[in-house]
Amino acid sequence: MNASSGDELKAIKAIKFGVLSPETIRRMAVMAVVTSDTYDEDGTPVRGGLMDRRLGTIEPGVRCETCGNPPQTCPGHFGYLELARPVVHVEFVKIIYMLLRATCRKCGRILISEDKIDKYLERIERLGKRWPLLQHRFVEQVRKEALKTTECPHCHAPQYKVRLEKPYSFYEERSEGEVVKLTPSDIRSRLERILNRDLMLLGIDPEYARPEWMILTVLPVPPIQIRPSITLETGIRSEDDLTHKLVDIVRINERLRANIEAGAPQLIIDDLWELLQYHVSTYFDNEIPGIPVARHRAGGRPLRTLAQRLKGKEGRFRGSLSGKRVDFSARTVISPDPNISINEVGVPIEIAKILTVPEKVTVWNIDEMKKLVENGPDNYPGANYIIRPDGSRVDLRYVRDRKALAETLAPGYVVERHLRNGDVVLFNRQPSLHRMSIMAHRVRVLPYKTFRLHLAVCPPYNADFDGDEMNLHVPQNEEARAEARILMQVQEHIITPRYGGPIIGAIHDYITAAFLLTQRGTLLDKKTAARLLYSAGYKGDLPEPVIKWPKEYWTGKQIFSLFMPKTLYFKKIASICAKCPVCTKFECPYDAFVVVQEGELLVGAIDKNSIGAEKPENIIQLIVRDHGTDKGREFMDTLFRMLLLFLDLRGFTMGLDCLKIPKEAETAVEKLAERGEKEVEELIEAARRGELEQLIGKTLEETLEARVMEKLSAVREEASKIVNHYLGLSNEAVVMAATGARANIVNITQMVALLGQQSVRGQRIKRGYLNRPLTHFKPGDLGARARGFVYNSFSKGLTPTEFFFHAMGGREGLVDTAVRTAQSGYMQRRLINALQDLHVAYDGTVRTAQNKVVQLRYGEDGIDPSRSEHGRPVNIDRIIERILFEEGERP
Amino acid sequence: MGRKFNVLDHEYVPKHIKLTKEEAKRILRDLNIRISELPWILSSDPAAKAVGAKPGDVILIVRKSPTAGEAIALRLVIPG
Repeated sequence: MNASSGDELKAIKAIKFGVLSPETIRRMAVMAVVTSDTYDEDGTPVRGGLMDRRLGTIEPGVRCETCGNPPQTCPGHFGYLELARPVVHVEFVKIIYMLLRATCRKCGRILISEDKIDKYLERIERLGKRWPLLQHRFVEQVRKEALKTTECPHCHAPQYKVRLEKPYSFYEERSEGEVVKLTPSDIRSRLERILNRDLMLLGIDPEYARPEWMILTVLPVPPIQIRPSITLETGIRSEDDLTHKLVDIVRINERLRANIEAGAPQLIIDDLWELLQYHVSTYFDNEIPGIPVARHRAGGRPLRTLAQRLKGKEGRFRGSLSGKRVDFSARTVISPDPNISINEVGVPIEIAKILTVPEKVTVWNIDEMKKLVENGPDNYPGANYIIRPDGSRVDLRYVRDRKALAETLAPGYVVERHLRNGDVVLFNRQPSLHRMSIMAHRVRVLPYKTFRLHLAVCPPYNADFDGDEMNLHVPQNEEARAEARILMQVQEHIITPRYGGPIIGAIHDYITAAFLLTQRGTLLDKKTAARLLYSAGYKGDLPEPVIKWPKEYWTGKQIFSLFMPKTLYFKKIASICAKCPVCTKFECPYDAFVVVQEGELLVGAIDKNSIGAEKPENIIQLIVRDHGTDKGREFMDTLFRMLLLFLDLRGFTMGLDCLKIPKEAETAVEKLAERGEKEVEELIEAARRGELEQLIGKTLEETLEARVMEKLSAVREEASKIVNHYLGLSNEAVVMAATGARANIVNITQMVALLGQQSVRGQRIKRGYLNRPLTHFKPGDLGARARGFVYNSFSKGLTPTEFFFHAMGGREGLVDTAVRTAQSGYMQRRLINALQDLHVAYDGTVRTAQNKVVQLRYGEDGIDPSRSEHGRPVNIDRIIERILFEEGERP
Repeated sequence: MGRKFNVLDHEYVPKHIKLTKEEAKRILRDLNIRISELPWILSSDPAAKAVGAKPGDVILIVRKSPTAGEAIALRLVIPG
C-alpha cells in the first residue's frame, strides 16, 4: 500500500441501489440543457447545449468552467434536461407494471386489507434481520396476493385489468371491452398516490426508490468524459453515440414543447410524445425487443447506447473489469527444447530486454545494479528504468551519460532490470481450462525468437508446436513471486487434481526410447553407457556389468534403474501386454510384467504405463509422492534427456517399409475381405428371401443393417489380427502403437491392411442419391462396397468412391469436434460462474460466498485429489505388496 | 389412484430423517454451523413431505457417496 498517501482503507459493508429523484437529478447537475445545438459555426460549444464547457473538459490545456481543474483531474459534471412530458423508464416497466396491478387505481393503497398489512409488515421486518433471502420470497408472495385481488379492500373500488404492451405501453381494460391507454402522466400520478408503508410490503424502500421516480420528468445529461468526441486526422469532428442519442432526445423534446405551447392538436402531441418515449428508451437500451433499433442516420450502424456499453463480452464488466490488457507480458510462438528443465521456459533475448523486474538497490547488490544501469536498455543484461526514492522515474533510453547516472545509485533506489536466468514468470496457453494452464517457470534467456518449453509439459498446456503461441507474465513484487514459486511452479503440478495422477510425464519419443532401452536384449558397452549417463549429469559409479567378458556390457534396465530412488517399489502391467488368457507374470514372454524393487528394474520393459503422462499410478507418481516434487522434476529432467540421446544413438525411423507385410499376409487379407463381402451378399440375399431371423425390437431392415455391420467389423478385426501376427515389435510403427507412444493398432491396420467401414452418424453411409449414396452404384444396393466399406489400405490407395466415403466420415469427425468445443466451452463458462465463489472454509466445510454450507466435508471425504493416490487417501494394495516384499517374497 | 407411493422407498432417494429441535440444535452446535448457514429444502419437496417436515425443521440426509462411502447433508425446511 502507498503509505505516504495517508488514505485510509475501509471495507465495503454493503451497496444499496436506488432510483434518482427528479430533485436529485437537478441538484447534482451544474446546468440545464436548453438547446439541441452543440457547436456554433466556428466550432465552439454552445452554452446550454450538449457539449457545454461547464460539463467538464477533456481538451488538453483547457480548464473546466465548473471546477477549474485541468482535464486530468476534472471529474466531469452532470447536466439535466427538463422533459416537456414525462416518459416511462424502460428498465423499470416490469416494476411499474407490478405496482399498477398491486395497488388500487383510485386510492393508491396496496390491494391487501389493513389488518393483514400490519401482520405482513411485521413479518417482513423480522425476516429482514436474519433471513434476507426468505424475506425476498415472502415479498414475492405478498405481491402475488395483491395481484389477485379485484376489489380494493380500502375504498372498495373495482380494479380493472392493466395490460402491458411490450416494451413500454400500458392499457387499462375497463368494463365492456373499453380499453384506455395510460399515459406516462397518468401512471405517474397513480404511483404518486402509493403510500410509503405499502411500498415496504412490496419490497420497495421508498426512501431510495419512490415509484414515481421511475417515470422520468428530468433526464440527467452525463458529462462529456463519458461521451468524448473524437477529431479525425482530416479535422472532421465525430461525436460519440451517446451524444447523438442525446441530441435526438433534446430535439424531439424541443419540438414537443413548441407544439404544446402553440396549442397543437392532441394527435400531433401524442405522436411526438411517443417519439420522445422511443428516443429516451433507446438511449438506455438500444436492443429492446419489439422496437426498431436506433441507427446512425437512417440505415447506418446501430447506436451503442448505455446498456450496450455494459453488456456482453466487450462490455464494461466482461471486457473492462473482469479482463484487461496487461503490462509485463509477452506472447510468441512456442517450440520444443528437450535440454532445459521442465521448470524452465526459454525466453528470447529480445523479449528479455523489454520485460523488466523491479529490483531494490541494496548495499549487497549495488555494484551489480550499477553495471546493469550502465548497460542500459539495449545491452543485455541491462535495465530500462530507475525509480528514485522520491518516486521519480528515469527512462534509461533517453539518458546520455548512463555511467554518471549509475554512480548516483544508492540503496533505496529501484532498478527495473532486464529479465534474466532464474527469474520466476507465469506461462500460459489458452484456452485456460484448468489450473495447469498457467504455471510458473524459471526464465532461461536464449537466442532466437520463440518461447522454448520442455516436451513433458505439453500435456498440461495441451500444446504442440504446429504454430501454437503462448503468453508470459512477469510478477512484479515479492509476494507474487513467492506465490508463483511455491504454488504455481511446474513441478508442483506434476500430479493433476483432476484424477490424482501425473499429467506431466513421458510422451511420444520418450516412451519409445524408454521401451527400446529397457526391453530385453538391449546391451550397452561401457562407452555408450557412460555417454548416456553423462548426458543426464549422472555422477555416481557404473553398476556391475551383466556381461564381463570378452567385453563389458550393461543392460538398458540397469542404466534405467540408476535414475530411480533406491527405495522405489513398483509393479505394473506394461502397455505392450498381449493380454494372454493366463498371465505368466515374471516369465512374461513379452516382458510386459514390470517389477521394480529397491529402485532396481528387475523385469519388464518400461513404456507408457510406467512413465507416461496421464497414466495414474506410475513410477513418476510414486517418486513425486514418496520423494517430493524436487526429486520428481530431477527424475524427468535427467532421465528424459538421456532417453533422447539413446534414441539418437540407436536410431529410430518409421518408413514405408514398416507398412509392408509379406505376400501371404496380403493374400490372407484379400481372402478375408472377399469372404466378408460374400457373406454380406448372402445376408442381403437371405433378407430378400425373408429368411433372415429378425432381431427383437428391430425391423427387417434394421436387422439386416445390424448383421452386416457386425460382419464387416469382424472383417476389420480379423485384418487387425493378421497385421498383428505379421508385424511384431521389430516394426517401428508397432513399437510406437504398442508402447503407447503414438497411434494405435487400428491406425496401423488402416495403413497396412484395409480401412474398413466408414460411417456417418454411427451408420453405414446411405445418404446421397435416391436409394444409393453415389451414382456409381445401383439403386438399392446394400452391399458392403456401396455403403462405404473401404477394402483398400492407405498404402495401397483408395478408389474414388472409397475416397469419397472416407471424406464423408472425416468431415463428420471435424464438425463434431468443432461443435463439441463450442458447447463444452459455454458449459464451462456457466459452471465457473455458478461455482466460482465456493471455497473450503477453515472448518473444512465447503461454503458459498454467503457462508451457506454446500458440503460438510470437501468432496464428502475431505480429500484433495492432487495429494491423493488416484483419488484415494492411500493405496493399500501397494503397501501390502511392499510389505510382502520386505518380508521376503521375491521372484 | 392406486396405492400411495412413498418416495423414500425408492432406491435412488437417499435416507431423509427429520430431526427434533434438540437433535438439530445439538448437531448444529457440534458442527459449529448456524441454522442460517444451512441450505434449504422446500416444505413442498416430496421427500420433506414424506418425513412430515414443517418449515423451521432440519432434515438430515444420509446418502451413498462414491468418495466417502456414506455422507451426510443437512437441510433447513422453508415454506413453499
